[in-house]
Amino acid sequence: MDNRAEGIGDEPLRIGERTFRSRLMVGTGKYRDNATMVRAIEASGAEVVTVAVRRVDLDRTKEEGVLHHLDPGRYFLLANTAGCYTADDAIRYARLAREAGFNEFIKLEVIGDEETLLPDVAGLLQAAKVLAGEGFKVMAYTNEDLVTALRLEDAGCAAIMPLASPIGSGLGLINPYTIRTIKRRIAAPVIVDAGVGTASDACLTMEQGVDGILMNTALAAARHPVAMATAMRHAVDAGRLAFLAGRMPTREIAVPSSPTSGMLD
Amino acid sequence: MTDSITVTVNGKARRVTANASLRDLLQQVDLDPRAVVVELNRAIVRRPELEVTRLGEGDQVEIVHFVGGG
Repeated sequence: MDNRAEGIGDEPLRIGERTFRSRLMVGTGKYRDNATMVRAIEASGAEVVTVAVRRVDLDRTKEEGVLHHLDPGRYFLLANTAGCYTADDAIRYARLAREAGFNEFIKLEVIGDEETLLPDVAGLLQAAKVLAGEGFKVMAYTNEDLVTALRLEDAGCAAIMPLASPIGSGLGLINPYTIRTIKRRIAAPVIVDAGVGTASDACLTMEQGVDGILMNTALAAARHPVAMATAMRHAVDAGRLAFLAGRMPTREIAVPSSPTSGMLD
Repeated sequence: MTDSITVTVNGKARRVTANASLRDLLQQVDLDPRAVVVELNRAIVRRPELEVTRLGEGDQVEIVHFVGGG
């Protein structure tokens, strides 16, 4: 985003030692086809894209992994531990991901409940400590709870990723207050992850002052993923700019915008 | 006649030549070592070691890569 024209400076997003141009991060799952995924990611302007670690399907060896479609030189690959329900599993997947050789970042998920995919906070903290100790830059997917976020930061996480609402739900930003509170109290970057459904959700989320948003289903499950990706890029920029611009105070009564003097007799 | 052994690769039993290396296994399933990460009995085997790591009867091998995900 270029806000310099209007004199509002914005720092680039910085996580660990890395600097990123875009505050929008996107997933690579659930697209109807790879060509649509590639075009949607391009349209989003995202630099960070998430990927999952899974077994190679040996019966269909010619089926390509996601890196056959995304240039690892162009995108920053953020591997996740999605699908892991214990700290040990998440640690195992994170180590495998790092061995792929791209970077030391991991989007840490330790899921505690199948229906809501809400995190297992105890397992998350345990895994975060171990992985941060091994030099990982841990970006921790968590619920929108301040105390958990504080503990994750203490554990050495490089970024805190509270949810807007459950993964894949598209319910939008359910609790702006808690997200604002986390952002105010956490020094590490706060990237809202999961639940954003449409552009207004992304804009409202960025207006809370958070450092970025990660989304997947909002793009992949849109009727036109490429158009939605474009909308999300604008929404994230607009929300960020609105936050930096500083919104007007709200009032319970009207205040005229036009002069009250100079009216005709 | 060459002796063969049974190992489990990505959850399925597979016959391989006795004394085959992990590199040989990848070749057998037509995978580029640079595109995958290999675990042998739950320990990661780094790429330079694939060639010198030999398989034994009953070994558990996992071969993973990146797929689409959030």
